[in-house]
Amino acid sequence: MKTATLETFIHAWGRRGLALQATFALTFLYLPILILIIYSFNASRFNANWTGFTLKWYQKLFSGLTESTADISTQSLWISLQNSLIIAIISTVIASILGTMMALALERFRFPGSKLLEALLLLPIIIPEITLGVSLLVFFTLVFRILENLTGIRLTLGLPSVIISHATFSIAFITITVRARLADLDPALEEAALDLGANEWKTFWRVTFPLIFPAILSGALLAFTLSLDDFVVTFFTTGVGATTLPLFVYGMIKLSITPVINAISTLMLLASLFLVISSLKLQDQVSVKH
Amino acid sequence: MKRILTLILLFCLGVFLPFGCTQNQSNTPPSPTTANVLNLYNWSTYIDPEVLKAFEQKYQVKINYDNYDSAESLYAKLKAGNPGYDVAFPPDYMVKIMINEQMLEELESANISNLKNIEPKFLNPPYDPGNKYSIPYQWVTLGIGYNLKKTGEEINSWSALVDPKYQGKVSLLDDMRHTMGAVLMYLGYSPNTKNPEEIQKARDFLIQNKDNIAAFVPDTGQQLLNQGEVSLTMEYSGDIFQVMAENPDLRYVIPQEGSIIGMDNMVIPKGAPNKKLAETFINFVLEPENSAKISNFIDFASPNKIAIDQKLIEAENLKNPGIYPPPAIFDKLQYLQDVGEATQFYDQAWTEVKVGVGK
Repeated sequence: MKTATLETFIHAWGRRGLALQATFALTFLYLPILILIIYSFNASRFNANWTGFTLKWYQKLFSGLTESTADISTQSLWISLQNSLIIAIISTVIASILGTMMALALERFRFPGSKLLEALLLLPIIIPEITLGVSLLVFFTLVFRILENLTGIRLTLGLPSVIISHATFSIAFITITVRARLADLDPALEEAALDLGANEWKTFWRVTFPLIFPAILSGALLAFTLSLDDFVVTFFTTGVGATTLPLFVYGMIKLSITPVINAISTLMLLASLFLVISSLKLQDQVSVKH
Repeated sequence: MKRILTLILLFCLGVFLPFGCTQNQSNTPPSPTTANVLNLYNWSTYIDPEVLKAFEQKYQVKINYDNYDSAESLYAKLKAGNPGYDVAFPPDYMVKIMINEQMLEELESANISNLKNIEPKFLNPPYDPGNKYSIPYQWVTLGIGYNLKKTGEEINSWSALVDPKYQGKVSLLDDMRHTMGAVLMYLGYSPNTKNPEEIQKARDFLIQNKDNIAAFVPDTGQQLLNQGEVSLTMEYSGDIFQVMAENPDLRYVIPQEGSIIGMDNMVIPKGAPNKKLAETFINFVLEPENSAKISNFIDFASPNKIAIDQKLIEAENLKNPGIYPPPAIFDKLQYLQDVGEATQFYDQAWTEVKVGVGK
C-alpha cells in the first residue's frame, strides 16, 4: 500500500519536479544575460541603478563605426571586436580541419604512439589556462629567437600567434566531438561505398563527411565561442596591435566599464543566437536527408 | 616505451639546448624596422584620444594602443620579452620592480626637455631617484568614499571606518599593502614600516573591528557605495568621482591622518623598437595643454605644474580637495614602497586578518 502511494506520488510529481528543476537551472543560467540586455538600455553610466530607458549606448557604439570623430573607446572597441572575430574565425577553421583529421586518424587506425597522442590531446583541456598561456609565450619567444639567430628575421607576437594558440586548445574539443560521432558510425556504410567502386577520397566526401558534419559544426561552434571568450591565453600570446575584446574590457577596470560594453555584448549575443539557430536548422536538414 | 622515452629526450634536447645558447642574447635591441609606428601599452581609455590624434598628425606616425588589465599582467608580459611596445604606464611600485629587474630603458633627458613642467615635489620619487627610468603621468589618492545621507556628517578621519555606527556598512580594499598601509597610518606608523610589532598592531586593529567590515572588495567599492550596500568604502579618488557624477549624496575625502598616493608613470620597456619616438611622445604628453587634456578626460590629478598654473585643468577639478589636496594634507601622502624581506610579516598578518575577519 505504502509503496503504491509512493509510486503514484513519483508519477504525479516526478515530471513536474524535473520540469521545475530544469526551469530553475535555465533561469539561473539565463537571468544574468537577461539583466545584461536590460541594462544596455539603462541611462546610468554605472550598472548599479536603473535610471531610465535610453538608446544612447547603442548610438555611441555605432558612432564608433560611422563617425571619424567618435571617442577612442568606441573606436578601439570595434577594432578589438574585429581582432576577436578574425582570431576566432581563422583559429576555428584551422582547428576544425586538423581536429577532424585527428579524430579520423585516432578512430580508424591504430599506429605506434596513438595512445600517447590521445593523452596529449586532452592536455590543453586539463592543464590550467595560465600554464598553457605562459608556456605558449615561452614557446613563441623561444622559436622567434631561434629563427632570428638562424635567418635574421625578427618575428614578434601578434594576431598569428594568438590564432595558433587558440587553434591549439580548440583542436581537442573538435576531435572529441567528432570522435564521439565516428564511434557511432556504422563502418559498413563506408565499406559499402568502397565495394560499390568509390575510391577512399570519394567515400570520405560522399559518405563519411556528411555524416560527421553536424559533429564538426558543433565542435567548431564550441571552439568559436571559446576563442571569443578567452582572456588568459590571449593575453600571453598577443602582441602589438592585437588587443581583443576581452582584453579591452578587462583593461577598462582602471576607469570604469561603460554600458557600451553591455550594448556590444547584446549585439554579439543576438549574432551568436542567430549562428546557433542556423546551425541547428542545418543539422535538421542534414538528418532529414538521410 | 623505450621509443617514447627516446622521443621525449630528443624533444627536450631540441628545445632546451638552443634556449641555453640564446639566453644571453635576450637583451639585444631589435632592428628598427617600424620607424613611423608608436606602440603604446596602457589600460583601455586611460588617455585622451585627442592627444593621440594630435601626436599622430604632428609627427606623421601611427599609434597602436594596446591594453592590459593590471600592473601585474603588464609585468608578466614584458618579463617574457617585449613584443614591441615603446611606452608603458606602470604604477610607482611596479616601476621599482621593473628597474630592479632591468626591464626598462634609461631615458635620455635631453629628449625630454618638458620634464621641467612637472611639479618639483613629484620629481625624484623614492621608487626612481632622479627619474632615470620613469616620468610621472597621472596620480590619485586612496581615501574614503561615503554617502552623506547615510553618515549624516562629513567624514575626515580613517576612524570613521571603525565607528560602531557603521557596523557592517564598510568595505575595504582587498589589497594587502593598501589596506594595511591605511591602518598603519591611522595608528601613527609609516605605511612602509618593516617593524613586525607595528604590523601586528594593524592586524589586531582590523580583527578587533571585524563587525564593521562588510567585505574586502577588489577595487569595486564605488559600486557597493553607489548601490547603497555600504555607507563607507576605502577606494581610489578617481573611482569615487565617477559614481559621484551621478549620485549627489556621495563624497570623497583624504583622511587627515594622511594616505597613500598612487602615481602612474611613463616608461620605455627594454627592447622598445622606437626609443627616440617614444621619448618624443613622452615629451609631447608633458606639454601643459596635452597633460591638462588627459587629466580633464580621466579626472585624475596632473603632476604638471604649468598646466595647473595656467588653469588649463577644469576649474571644478582644481577646486576639488579630493583631487588636488591642500598642502597640509598633501604633505601626509606617501608612496607605497617595496619593504623587501618584511613582506613576509605583511603576508602573515594579512592572512590572519582574512581568517580573523572571516569575510
